Amino acid sequence: MKLRLSKMRKGMAGKISFIESNLDSAPILVRLMELGFIEGVRVELVREAPFTRDPIAVRVKGSLIALRREEGASIEVDVEGYQ
Amino acid sequence: MKTIAIVGNPNCGKTALFNYLTGGKQKVGNYPGVTVERKSGYLKTSLLPEEVLELGAKTGEFDWIIVDLPGTYSLTPKTLDEAITRDFLMGKISGEKLPDLVLAVADMTSIERSLFLVLELLEMKVPVVLALNMLDLAKKRQMEIDIEELCRQLNVPICEIAAIDGTGVKHLVQTLITHEVVVPVISLLQTPVSTEASAELSLDLSARDAVVGRYRKVEAIFAKVVKRMPEPTAWTDRIDAWVLHPFFGVISLIAVLGLLFQAMFNWAAVPADWIKGAIKWAGVLLGNQMGEGPLKSLVVDGIFAGVGSVLVFLPQILILYFFIVLLEDSGYMARAAFLMDRLMGKVGLHGRAFIPILSSYACAIPGIMATRTIEDRRDRLTTILIAPLSTCSARLPVYGLLISAFIPNTKVMTWLFGGLGLQGLVMLALYFLGIVFALGSGLILRKTLLRGPKANLLMELPSYKIPSWRNLLFSLVERAKIFLRRAGTVILSLSIVLWFLVTYPSPDSAALKSGESAIHSSYAGKLGHFLEPMIKPIGFDWRVGIALVPGFAAREVMVSALATVYAVENKEAEAEGDSTEVLQKALVTEWSLATALSLLMWYVIAPQCLSTVAVVRRETQSWKWPAFLLLYLTTFAYVASYLTFHVAKAWL
Repeated sequence: MKLRLSKMRKGMAGKISFIESNLDSAPILVRLMELGFIEGVRVELVREAPFTRDPIAVRVKGSLIALRREEGASIEVDVEGYQ
Repeated sequence: MKTIAIVGNPNCGKTALFNYLTGGKQKVGNYPGVTVERKSGYLKTSLLPEEVLELGAKTGEFDWIIVDLPGTYSLTPKTLDEAITRDFLMGKISGEKLPDLVLAVADMTSIERSLFLVLELLEMKVPVVLALNMLDLAKKRQMEIDIEELCRQLNVPICEIAAIDGTGVKHLVQTLITHEVVVPVISLLQTPVSTEASAELSLDLSARDAVVGRYRKVEAIFAKVVKRMPEPTAWTDRIDAWVLHPFFGVISLIAVLGLLFQAMFNWAAVPADWIKGAIKWAGVLLGNQMGEGPLKSLVVDGIFAGVGSVLVFLPQILILYFFIVLLEDSGYMARAAFLMDRLMGKVGLHGRAFIPILSSYACAIPGIMATRTIEDRRDRLTTILIAPLSTCSARLPVYGLLISAFIPNTKVMTWLFGGLGLQGLVMLALYFLGIVFALGSGLILRKTLLRGPKANLLMELPSYKIPSWRNLLFSLVERAKIFLRRAGTVILSLSIVLWFLVTYPSPDSAALKSGESAIHSSYAGKLGHFLEPMIKPIGFDWRVGIALVPGFAAREVMVSALATVYAVENKEAEAEGDSTEVLQKALVTEWSLATALSLLMWYVIAPQCLSTVAVVRRETQSWKWPAFLLLYLTTFAYVASYLTFHVAKAWL
């Protein structure tokens, strides 16, 4: 099942299948990519903030990255374990 | 003299290595025109090999300057820090020469991301020595890495180190200074980044391809070099399960903040009393050595009283910094920002903004200095502009004086736990007002003057580490120095000016005989009379006006100024040993409740702290923002006090 990172729930994991580019998200997108969010890389949503489940903490390339859900909206993940 | 620039990701142990290399003797300043902190220091001679020292002794040339550049994930500038790092490496900052050598520091446990930055450095064709840090952690986590192969792949000298205890640092220094400075030719890399338009933010989509390309190369190197990945840090995860837990995470954050406040207000009281006592003692001692006269008055009433009133905050500031550095170095601070992000985001701020605002409850100065961790310029400015609304400890003496004089010490809501003290409730309300005003102002600023795209949260939650006491000590000493230097310059000169205003011109004998206080005819007195028409609408008379003048330099001085104005600081009061009580009696007979409430409201808001203005000037590198701060808060305070005064007069 393909889901945007912004829609994932705690415990979900999978490889990044697609990164949407548009000029609005370009600066944050480049930063995300520098931190390791590129196609084919496995990510796992390990924490959600209390109350609102936003921001989230995502494991990528061995480190833990915190971001707001909207910031992950252009990253599509092929979530494991869902058909 | 040669320059080595240290470059690396945030949290890679760069600063620990820098402290080790320089022995903690460092110069902290700013890059010209911007607010990015510049740290540099000389390479400790005890780390230099014998032959270099011998050679140096002959030629007089063995000075190596180390510059610690801001932590960065990449050299494609998106923040000011990154732009500075990149410009420095290209020799584009005025007054800075091109570094002779770049020391890249990489955290072994997140080697892929570190190599990404190293590749970018190599693309820029700067001479690089790579230090693989966190050897201790990597070993513990059973990481296996083929250093020789990595050397071959990157074609740069590589040293394994553990900056935390200095393992391998001596070898690193040897490599650094014997390394022949050659620009590496890397056949592996074909995508040189454009060296033009250095400070411009790179937003174009080709940046995306460059990033992907670089990561593919990192992946190729990684596959050849890393034989065994480090085991994931089970205990970071285990701590996070509690610290970021939907329920216990919030509880633990409250507990941490509670401890911080407890420490700031209770633990600091004892050393603060010592300092107070020591300054008074020294003042008296020195005063006794001097003959009566203006010079003695200047030294005792002016300099010692003025500088002393600020020095007593040193313990509080150091305790606060101790906690901030401890929380930052252990990795908790990022978690706190994570937990607070939603709330801060509501007023358009980054989760990190909550630390400076919290710090400002001790004193706005360290709070404003702590805004440096906020990357976005608008976010940072907003935080700086609202930080002075936090109820700093200098307001407490004034709150205390007015509340105990005017608010009856009775219990309200007796049905609840035997009732709540009304005085305590008023104090709490003043704190609460400070928070509400700060968040409200932040919201308005972000929607008007500092309007712009919402800043991103995006940050790393680093693995938990046991903080290095060495680093902690260095940071504390550094902060203490900054604070003392300020007390020795700005505050000292202000104290002298204020003393002059209050003392001169001396009253003539006729005025003294009529029992008028000396302050009446002084410049400060004239200023008070001059201010009266302006402050009458908010319920203050000329005597409050006089007290407001020195109170502008430092809030708590208001108390002693009022005492002087109401002439209660006479010998009898001192003999009774409680001049505060005498002053309170005088105030109750002279003022209406409305005036007292209006003055309290004034104190919640008004920017009555010259040191804050000075630090805002330094942190924003312009006079525009401190001027704006003064204007907006003074106007705000005036309007709020006006409303308070008139509502109170009508209703109470």
